[in-house]
Amino acid sequence: MNLMFKPVILTTDALIFVLIAVVAASAWYISRHQHLRAPWKKVAQSRSGMIAAVILLAFVTVGLLDSLHFRPRLAGETAPGKTNYAVDVISVFDLIAAPLKNKQEKTYSAPLSAYLFAKETVELPDGTEARVFPRLTHGGVHLKDPEHERMADIIKRIVAGVAIAVLMWNILLLCVTFWLSHWSARSVRATWTAIWKGHTAVPWREMLVANGVLFLVIVPMIVLCAGYHVLGTDKVGQDVFYLTLKSIRTGLVIGTLTTLVMLPFALLLGILAGYLRGWVDDVIQYLYTTLNSIPGVLLIAASVLILQGVIDRHQDWFQTASERADARLFMLCMILGVTSWTGLCRLLRGESLKLRELDYIQAARAFGVSDYRIITRHILPNVMHIVLIAIVMDFSGLILAEAVLSYVGVGVDPTMNSFGTMINAARMEMARDPMVWWSLASAFAFMLLLVLSANLFADAVRDAFDPRIRGRLIMPGFLSKYLPASPGR
Amino acid sequence: MISYLVRRILYAIPILIGVNVLTFLLFFVVNSPDDMARMQLGQKRVSDEAVMKWKQERGYDKPSFFDAGASGVGKLTNTIFFEKSIPLFWFDFGRAEADGRDIAHEIRSRMWPSLAIALPVFVVGMMTFITFALLMAFFRATYIDFIGILLCILAMSVSGLFYIIGGQYVISKLWNLVPISGYAGGLNAWKFLVLPVIIGIVGGAGSSARWYRTIFLEEINRDYVRTARAKGLSEWRVLFRHVLHNAMIPILTGAVVAIPLLFLGSLITESFFAIPGLGSYTIDAISQQDFSVVRAMVFLGSVLYIAGLILTDISYTVADPRIRLQ
Repeated sequence: MNLMFKPVILTTDALIFVLIAVVAASAWYISRHQHLRAPWKKVAQSRSGMIAAVILLAFVTVGLLDSLHFRPRLAGETAPGKTNYAVDVISVFDLIAAPLKNKQEKTYSAPLSAYLFAKETVELPDGTEARVFPRLTHGGVHLKDPEHERMADIIKRIVAGVAIAVLMWNILLLCVTFWLSHWSARSVRATWTAIWKGHTAVPWREMLVANGVLFLVIVPMIVLCAGYHVLGTDKVGQDVFYLTLKSIRTGLVIGTLTTLVMLPFALLLGILAGYLRGWVDDVIQYLYTTLNSIPGVLLIAASVLILQGVIDRHQDWFQTASERADARLFMLCMILGVTSWTGLCRLLRGESLKLRELDYIQAARAFGVSDYRIITRHILPNVMHIVLIAIVMDFSGLILAEAVLSYVGVGVDPTMNSFGTMINAARMEMARDPMVWWSLASAFAFMLLLVLSANLFADAVRDAFDPRIRGRLIMPGFLSKYLPASPGR
Repeated sequence: MISYLVRRILYAIPILIGVNVLTFLLFFVVNSPDDMARMQLGQKRVSDEAVMKWKQERGYDKPSFFDAGASGVGKLTNTIFFEKSIPLFWFDFGRAEADGRDIAHEIRSRMWPSLAIALPVFVVGMMTFITFALLMAFFRATYIDFIGILLCILAMSVSGLFYIIGGQYVISKLWNLVPISGYAGGLNAWKFLVLPVIIGIVGGAGSSARWYRTIFLEEINRDYVRTARAKGLSEWRVLFRHVLHNAMIPILTGAVVAIPLLFLGSLITESFFAIPGLGSYTIDAISQQDFSVVRAMVFLGSVLYIAGLILTDISYTVADPRIRLQ
């Protein structure tokens, strides 16, 4: 085999692919059933929900590109017919962002700066030594005289970026309008007015505006990337923008896979306890009360420390460093999942207890339908809305939890890019004067954007699927026991 | 009621045993005492004698669950599980592995700084959140309510770490109002406590206020509220007397459980502000991999949680006279 690259499927990648398959299959199934489609239609009509969805989609795209891993082929052959592949596992996203990744500086530099943040002793052409801020190796090298040219150059680039963004947005507008008019069999002009007067059922106007704003922010940043470090560089000189974008995948993986891992436990045990009652109920209740009574952070910390020890002792299990880091990420998802299934389990138990007394299930029993069939045909579909609400509501809490856990030292592998590790590394520089604020600021800003849109989307989903719950069943801090600074809970 | 309480306390015993078995499995089976010894003595090159000595000093050189060599009850009692787990039931936590200090003594002295932060956060926080939520309920379906919810969602989406780092930077570093971190005994402590308490309250505001608002809105549409309004009571009176009183059950469900856990303090806040409480104690233990401390804290946490559940039940009877515990 003489491939240009060797695909690598990390554990979390595999699970992400499984997740995508599940989502695609359920989307296909839902689209064919009118009663299942109805609540999703309601989600699609929620303005804040759809704006959030647009932003989430951007995050998910980055995350997915970052999940296609491979090892590039190295030039040259050690033995005839034997190709060597690089030790570093990189992703398609790394390939796209290679210009960012490879522009390494010496140490900190401020956003859009042409100079390093720290003074260094340099030898001047006339032989004397001086303490100056040296020029960066990549940021702003095209400038002859940064002090005077820099501002003008930056503005020029931003204007160019805005122009490209506007162009892209217009193309998008045209595509959406034509597609909608084709789909709704109306004239293009009628569709256009309908969109801009907000007469469409799905809030296209808001979504398009959100998309426009997104373009206006992202595209100039990308254009600036060609010559500068848009968000500065960190301690070892890596581009902060690149690090932040890389952190997205970690956040998304923790937010989704954790729930995926805990779902089977919660579903099976919750429904069994509620439906079968008796000793099964007692055992399951005992199980989750026990798990619940251990303070969450402690259980997570203990498990992570112990499994970390196992990983350290079995270095030979992993071929590359990223595989090891990924194993730890997967493990963290498992641990978070195992410690957080109790809440959902309790909700499902309560719901099943209620459902089993309803007439249609009593009737099914009277007809002699087996327990297995009753659970799969009658109970499971009727608790799915709770499951869905729990998934979307947990998502944002888990992303926030990751940052806290990484700060405590029981989060993801220190070599893995994540919001938590970024904050942790930047925290050390708090005392510096002037302060190195850009790593912290970009980690917090991206995290806020991701969590905020996840929260808004979760609200839309919850309102559409069960307006009755409205936050009653799922208390705040369903997960916030991991978060600091909320009173108790 | 007494018999109910006794029953609840008896129920707690199997749960606590379960907690112990679980922590034991985590700490001693996944991670054998040999591994622990190596970890404490410093990674790779440790002689077997040193490991043996370390284990002997701390009593880890016994069988885990069952000692076939011993006689009678000794078969069960002469094991690591029994010796390390059972004394926890009478709060005999033993000594820390790293520095050999008495854990129970540490807990007793560190509990107060933790409480000094957690208690004000809890009490003032609850009052602020409930007032804020009642205000939103009062102005329901207006722009004030809308802006309130928006603020709540925004506040919920900000990482707790941001509040801490931002607060320390603005209030302590820029404005120089209070020290960045540290702690002093006695009355001087207030300077060090103000900032963590404020940040604690702000950090929890979003989710709590929004949750309380939903509770109040649910109550506000009930018949008794309409009756109260029909009697001519002012809206404020309706809200603060009738609605608040009736919303007590769901509020208590979430709040009372947390009261005993206040002793444990907050891991993150304490370590950021260098407060010598139980939270920072636990964090230190985690980073030093001192399992005997972590084990003690896990046990203490479960005991306090169960106590919180029992307290919740009792508080129901106070809030709602219709509820009787049997």
